[in-house]
Amino acid sequence: MDPVLLARIQFATNISFHILFPAITIGLAWVLFYFRWRAWRGGEALWDQAYTFWVKVFALTFAMGVVSGITMSFQFGTNWPGFMERAGNVAGPLLGYEVLTAFFLEASFLGIMLFGRNRVSPRMHLIATLLVAVGTTLSAFWILSLNSWMQTPTGYYLEDGVVMVESWWAVIFNPSFPYRLVHMLLASLLTCAFLIAGVSAWRLRRGVGGPGTRRVLRTGLLLAAVGAPLQVLVGDFHGLNTLEHQPAKVAAMEAIWETQAGAPFTLVGWPDASERRNHFALEIPYAASLILTHELEGEVRGLNDFEGLHPPVPMVFWSFRVMLGVGVLMLLVAWWGSWQTRGGRAPSPALLRALSWMTFSGWVAVLAGWYVTEIGRQPWIVQDVLSVAEVAADHASATLAGTLFGYVLLYALLLAAYIGALRQMSLKPAASLGLSPQPATVQEA
Amino acid sequence: MAYWLPVIYMLIMGLALLIYVVLDGYDLGVGMLMPLAEEAEKDVMVASIGPFWDANETWIVLGVGVLLIAFPEAHGIILTQLYLPVTLMLMGLILRGVAFDLRVKAGDHRRQLWNRAFFVGSLVAAAAQGWMLGAWVTGLQGGPLGLAFSALIAITLPALYLLLGAGWLMMKTEGALLERAIHWARIAVWPMALCLLLVSIATPVVSPVIAGKWFTFPNILLLAPIPLASAICLAVIAVLLRQPELIRRGRGWLLFVATVLICVLATLGLAYSVFPDVVIGRLDIWEAAASVKSLQFVLVGVVITLPVILFYTVYVYRVFHGKATELSYE
Ligand code: HDD
Ligand code: HEM
Ligand code: HEM
Repeated sequence: MDPVLLARIQFATNISFHILFPAITIGLAWVLFYFRWRAWRGGEALWDQAYTFWVKVFALTFAMGVVSGITMSFQFGTNWPGFMERAGNVAGPLLGYEVLTAFFLEASFLGIMLFGRNRVSPRMHLIATLLVAVGTTLSAFWILSLNSWMQTPTGYYLEDGVVMVESWWAVIFNPSFPYRLVHMLLASLLTCAFLIAGVSAWRLRRGVGGPGTRRVLRTGLLLAAVGAPLQVLVGDFHGLNTLEHQPAKVAAMEAIWETQAGAPFTLVGWPDASERRNHFALEIPYAASLILTHELEGEVRGLNDFEGLHPPVPMVFWSFRVMLGVGVLMLLVAWWGSWQTRGGRAPSPALLRALSWMTFSGWVAVLAGWYVTEIGRQPWIVQDVLSVAEVAADHASATLAGTLFGYVLLYALLLAAYIGALRQMSLKPAASLGLSPQPATVQEA
Repeated sequence: MAYWLPVIYMLIMGLALLIYVVLDGYDLGVGMLMPLAEEAEKDVMVASIGPFWDANETWIVLGVGVLLIAFPEAHGIILTQLYLPVTLMLMGLILRGVAFDLRVKAGDHRRQLWNRAFFVGSLVAAAAQGWMLGAWVTGLQGGPLGLAFSALIAITLPALYLLLGAGWLMMKTEGALLERAIHWARIAVWPMALCLLLVSIATPVVSPVIAGKWFTFPNILLLAPIPLASAICLAVIAVLLRQPELIRRGRGWLLFVATVLICVLATLGLAYSVFPDVVIGRLDIWEAAASVKSLQFVLVGVVITLPVILFYTVYVYRVFHGKATELSYE
């Protein structure tokens, strides 16, 4: 098999596995801060209980995120040495700032957050929780800045094919960055909201949840009810921005083969690259033009404008629809559930079932979204500047295939273990989670 | 600027990797010692590294990060050449990182499984790191001699980590586990010393450049303090292990500190040997350096954040000062 393709699959496998966990931890860190803050203010005991339960989930998720993230920081060098040589002047510093301002912060205060409750004052513990949340968000800031720069590079010039920085401000705050950052942070919030609501629903269905479980479930629902519509709005702006800077990506997202005015929006269909048309297409007339140009007869550029330089269409097209579908579903379920549980009303069995099913729906949308973004950028690694084929390492296919096999095996095992552990933790009755403080972790000598 | 910036970054990278070896070294060491302990003691061992291991591992991310920021070309060459050991190390780190949590969360019936994964992951990661160090010192040349040397370091580094781990346990535990730690250290110390000696002899043999730097007059005299001081540290360790009373009375930290000093001395010696190359014999730090503008931009960040990072690292160690008992999330 083609080594470049293998290297890509390997990179994609690793980052896809990695992003599952940040997608939870970025949001969950803030939710935990909220729980802790409620408890610290002298709220009801249930906030303390909620914190105690969810901090365990956080610890496990964080550990998965850290170890898979360490892999990511090596993957650039092992799989794309050319990328570092040619774009290292941008990528290096941005990743460097991520390590310096985010990774150390979250990793250090995580220790206090998890194990230090009896060792520091409640206020310091609250601060440690806050710093971990700030750290995860800063981490997203820097890495997304880098990724956005790869999508919409600005503030640089080329010297012998090597990227040189002209303005750091323009590099960091490149045109797609604000949209991507907000969209990703909201995505994390939604992922976490549905995880919380979903796991609480498992617990209620099994009869192991306490009174606090319902409150937590509602917290998740409310978060989602606010976050989901915001996400739709932000996503729309994000798409318009992409149209401006990466029109080929948008043409692939919408499977528009020919440039046309009054382009229809294809709800579902099967894009066929050899015939350059969509089979079984279910279309809404004029809708694509309306969404993208906000005019019925607006002209939308088609894939024919980007002969040979556009991404593979079906994957981008379908990923985009999966993300939209999950987004709309999230919105409906969140509103339904928030309405149903208003004023402390009990959730119906149907709602509980729906929420259990949607526990990991955030993962689906997040992965789909990233596939749109990343595959939509092909064949470029840095849009219009550097192509993937130029920068790949020349490992033997056998080496790549072997290590890829190893990673896939390991990740499958870990994912099963992760979900299994989540189940184990969830099915413990609330009482055994301990409302009263347990004996000290680490005692003074 | 163009002269000093790469030198400064070389220093930062060396420092980050040294801190990594010491900090993650002890927790990898504890991981490797785990199978030798009783069931209940395992919890204490894990608790003793619980609050720290994540931050410890971040130092390698910084080390690799600096390699990438400051010497992008070398980053590419080194990580491509070391593809397999890097992958093995990563898998080891992944396995132990998650096993750490899953051993208490995946249910009692799986506990043994994750305990074992914790051990295997620690061992694989440590050995792979040793292999990488060895391959790097020999200039990534391969060849039978180079491979033998890499294999030698792949044994030395885990042995060093074992000693660090045992030293850590002497500070953080008491009672029966403390006695065991002393026992483990006694077993680990001599192979480690032997390996270190062999490495010191083998390094100039496999690398003529390094030999040239050490065995000329007056360098050899000026450098003599390094091996001498290492010998003294070893002697201190040996004496302590002969007098376990001292360790029981709370002098265990001396053994840890002496082992750390050995690491520092070895790093100094190595730094002297290889300077100014990043890929030995092929690429020096000026050839590999990133653009001055990028280096300046990050240096501002380093100067501001590194002291802060060191400050809160010390703070966290102070918060968890003292003996560890079992693990819980309160
Ligand atoms: C900072 C950079 C960065 C970030 C934050 C991400 N990626 Fe990425 N991604 C790359 C940098 C990159 C890359 C190095 O640029 C790759 C390798 C080859 C390529 O074209 O881009 C890539 C490829 C790539 C591919 C393969 C596309 C193809 O080759 O057809 C997938 C599926 C993903 N990524 C998925 C993700 C996911 C799920 C991410 C969520 C975190 C993600 N990427 C974040
Ligand atoms: C491809 C690029 C990426 C690389 C190289 C990378 C690298 C890393 C590394 C090395 C860690 C471990 C840090 C530690 O030791 O604490 C980590 C963790 C983390 N990463 Fe990434 N990462 C990437 C993509 C992303 C993206 C896109 C996001 C978020 C939007 C993200 C968010 C995080 C967060 C929040 C953590 C903390 C651990 C956790 O929360 O689980 N990363 N990443
Ligand atoms: C339903 C309305 C939504 C719209 C209109 C929308 C729009 C978009 C667009 C256009 C992109 C690609 C941008 C580009 O590559 O330039 C994108 C990416 C992405 N989406 Fe969505 N999205 C929606 C819902 C969601 C939901 C519900 C989630 C997750 C919970 C999500 C997560 C992501 C992620 C993680 C990315 C990749 C990162 C990025 O480029 O921002 N999206 N979205």
